[in-house]
Amino acid sequence: MTTDRRTPLDAVHDALGATMTDFAGWRMPLRYGSERDEHTAVRTTAGLFDLTHMGEIEVTGPEAARALDHALVGFVSKIGIDRARYTMICTEEGGIVDDLIVYRLGEEHFVVVANASNADVVAGSLKHRSTDFDATVRDASEEYTLLAVQGPASTGIVGSLTDADLPALKYYAILRTEVAGVPVLLARTGYTGEDGFELFAAPGDAVALWDALLAAGKPHGLVPAGLSCRDTLRLEAGMPLYGHELTRDTTPYEANLGRVVRLDKPEDFVGREALAAAEADVRRTLVGLTSPGKRVPRAGYPVVDADSGERVGEVTSGAPSPTLGVPIAMAYVASERAEPGTRLAVDIRGKAEPVEVVALPFYKRG
Amino acid sequence: MHAPQHLRYSKEHEWLDEAASPAVVGITRHAAEALGDVVFVELPEVGRVVVAGEPCGELESTKSVSDMYAPVSGEVVEINDAVVEDPALVNSDPFGAGWLFKVRIDGEAEGLLSADEYAAFCGE
Repeated sequence: MTTDRRTPLDAVHDALGATMTDFAGWRMPLRYGSERDEHTAVRTTAGLFDLTHMGEIEVTGPEAARALDHALVGFVSKIGIDRARYTMICTEEGGIVDDLIVYRLGEEHFVVVANASNADVVAGSLKHRSTDFDATVRDASEEYTLLAVQGPASTGIVGSLTDADLPALKYYAILRTEVAGVPVLLARTGYTGEDGFELFAAPGDAVALWDALLAAGKPHGLVPAGLSCRDTLRLEAGMPLYGHELTRDTTPYEANLGRVVRLDKPEDFVGREALAAAEADVRRTLVGLTSPGKRVPRAGYPVVDADSGERVGEVTSGAPSPTLGVPIAMAYVASERAEPGTRLAVDIRGKAEPVEVVALPFYKRG
Repeated sequence: MHAPQHLRYSKEHEWLDEAASPAVVGITRHAAEALGDVVFVELPEVGRVVVAGEPCGELESTKSVSDMYAPVSGEVVEINDAVVEDPALVNSDPFGAGWLFKVRIDGEAEGLLSADEYAAFCGE
């Protein structure tokens, strides 16, 4: 895949000295300086992220809600206006195509946010799955830049740039407002385990909005933050990542996310039959692992029985946790090994290193 | 590209200070920046005989783990305890306080690059 897509902040990242990386065909900031410092800033003050690579798909029309009820596993028509819901799109076989946040902007107006690598696939599937409904599906990714301010200082920073009533903006709620004079959709959502906001704006306003947030945030300790710390932040928060914890070969039940599948929806939806069967037969389960050592279990490493060496699972994500100071990982293991406290090992390049199953998340904000 | 002239370099991004006695080995700034924050350094034990071009340790960073390759064959005579204690030294001072180990060279160092050749190799 070529890196040919650039965010409107591309030159800004270069000017900040960012190390850039390819992510799903986008040229994105990996880190600006030390990724551990960026991670710590988000946990203690705030970080500013460019997330323009995320896909935004608009679904509108009289039957937009019903179309999404059919296409997704969640009960979308139950989402209140100006509220959001974490959900998934699954295959007929119950496998996860992507995890999504659905924002409801009006009775007949939804914005579905998909992962960058899946935006085309999700848009295509939504179009295909809504053909029998009076609804229009449109990939609007080009019309939005997405910035995120995450961390305990977020409210003070965003609040200094808007008249919006931020204390009234609840977790997983969204409103139309202006921030620094820029029209935005301001959502209280994120992927870091901290309080924070995601701001959808027109690409032409991206630089002005970024500069205003950075300037307003500086006295609060806000720093620009790259995808590298975003990954360790979400891992500590026990949040799954598409391509790692979530794939077409995994079901929401295996990922401990069965709560997002609404088998109680009145009408049929794509994957329902397979998911109902999958719920009753969860053979492997996503768990957290911590290691007393220094070596880090990484994606793809085998999880093995500590004594026999028998393979019982596989690591999906792993990193040295900046907050906890120890290696942490998520892994799929045989369900009978998933109880917190279970002692297992990870084959780290030929040597079995002891690990313990722990409850997720690794980190919860106080 | 910052690559001190008095060092020689491997294509695996280690540097070797042959003028020192015993010779000193580390990783380059280019490598340290590519790794990101180094959080764990596993060095070869003192007394171990390392072989040029073969893995002799590991560097764990937030995003990845990399093998450390011996730029030269010989016996490890000292390791940098400070970098084991504080792996961030690899990022902050890769050519100085972030050195990794000292080696008594067995024979001649072969196939290493000059600073200019290494800079060209890194494409800078």
